[in-house]
Amino acid sequence: MRIVLNGDTMELRDDSSLADLVEQLGLGDKRIAAEVNMEIVPRSQHAALRLNDGDQIEIVHAIGGG
Amino acid sequence: MSEQLRHDPLIIAGKEYSSRLLVGTGKYRDLDETRRAIEASGAQIVTVAVRRTNIGQNRDEPNLLDAVSPEKYTILPNTAGCYTAEDAVRTCKLARELMDGHDLVKLEVLGDQKTLYPNIVETLKGAEMLVKDGFKVMVYTNDDPIVAKQLEEMGCVAVMPLGSLIGSGLGILNPHNIRLIMEAANVPILVDAGVGTASDAALAMEMGCAGVLMNTAIAGARDPLLMASAMRKAIEAGREAYLAGRMPRKKYASASSPMEGII
Repeated sequence: MRIVLNGDTMELRDDSSLADLVEQLGLGDKRIAAEVNMEIVPRSQHAALRLNDGDQIEIVHAIGGG
Repeated sequence: MSEQLRHDPLIIAGKEYSSRLLVGTGKYRDLDETRRAIEASGAQIVTVAVRRTNIGQNRDEPNLLDAVSPEKYTILPNTAGCYTAEDAVRTCKLARELMDGHDLVKLEVLGDQKTLYPNIVETLKGAEMLVKDGFKVMVYTNDDPIVAKQLEEMGCVAVMPLGSLIGSGLGILNPHNIRLIMEAANVPILVDAGVGTASDAALAMEMGCAGVLMNTAIAGARDPLLMASAMRKAIEAGREAYLAGRMPRKKYASASSPMEGII
């Protein structure tokens, strides 16, 4: 399936969960927050959330700012 | 030293802080300089921005929150770069998830890129939405006393008028308005933005501000660590001078040495 991650299109194995994606990106142990189709997905639900073709996903982290 | 000075915490959303200096984490050379500057500033509340994670780049890149640990500091996520209330609220929700439910945020909704002046209409809208959603909102605003009061009445836990434009270092351009805001306020008033050097920070504190939030004044100094230390002292000195109560200004001299016994 094809998803849009942080504005870029990406191919992903069918039946992937959000946790699979996060793990695949090497962000499993990082402090991140994820949004699927504009809805926040709490960390505790990453494993249960199945992604679908066309999903818009945002993964954010904290950076320096004032 | 009076009892008042020994225990004079800044209280924000029910939590006590001994430091009245709040600092940002932007514009430093690297994370190590960020960490050391914040340590030198003595700040306990530290702002961060929320941005898209770079995908596929530097997996082992150190994270800001490793350098500035949420166990040690109160992390204050901001909504910098947001130009609408909706974007700001979305950013705050992501920040709350990022910070494991910690709901203290700095709301800033900007008007244009040249001035980074706050868009007050959107700021008021964003504040209302966030307060309703249970956030504890520290809000960046202009130095309009009416707007500041409205933001307080909406339930913001702190109101943070600008001294001058973000990153300008021009100091507190309208101390009279800041004073009007403080006189009317029942929540902490902090000067946010515009501080250029230690005397600007001291002036804000001497006027009675609850605290000062700054970033570029430290990060943009030739020696950020030394400036961080200077700011820490300026904030403390200004606060003590405020509590001590300055002498009245007089038009003419008043001798410090006694007139009696002059040879």
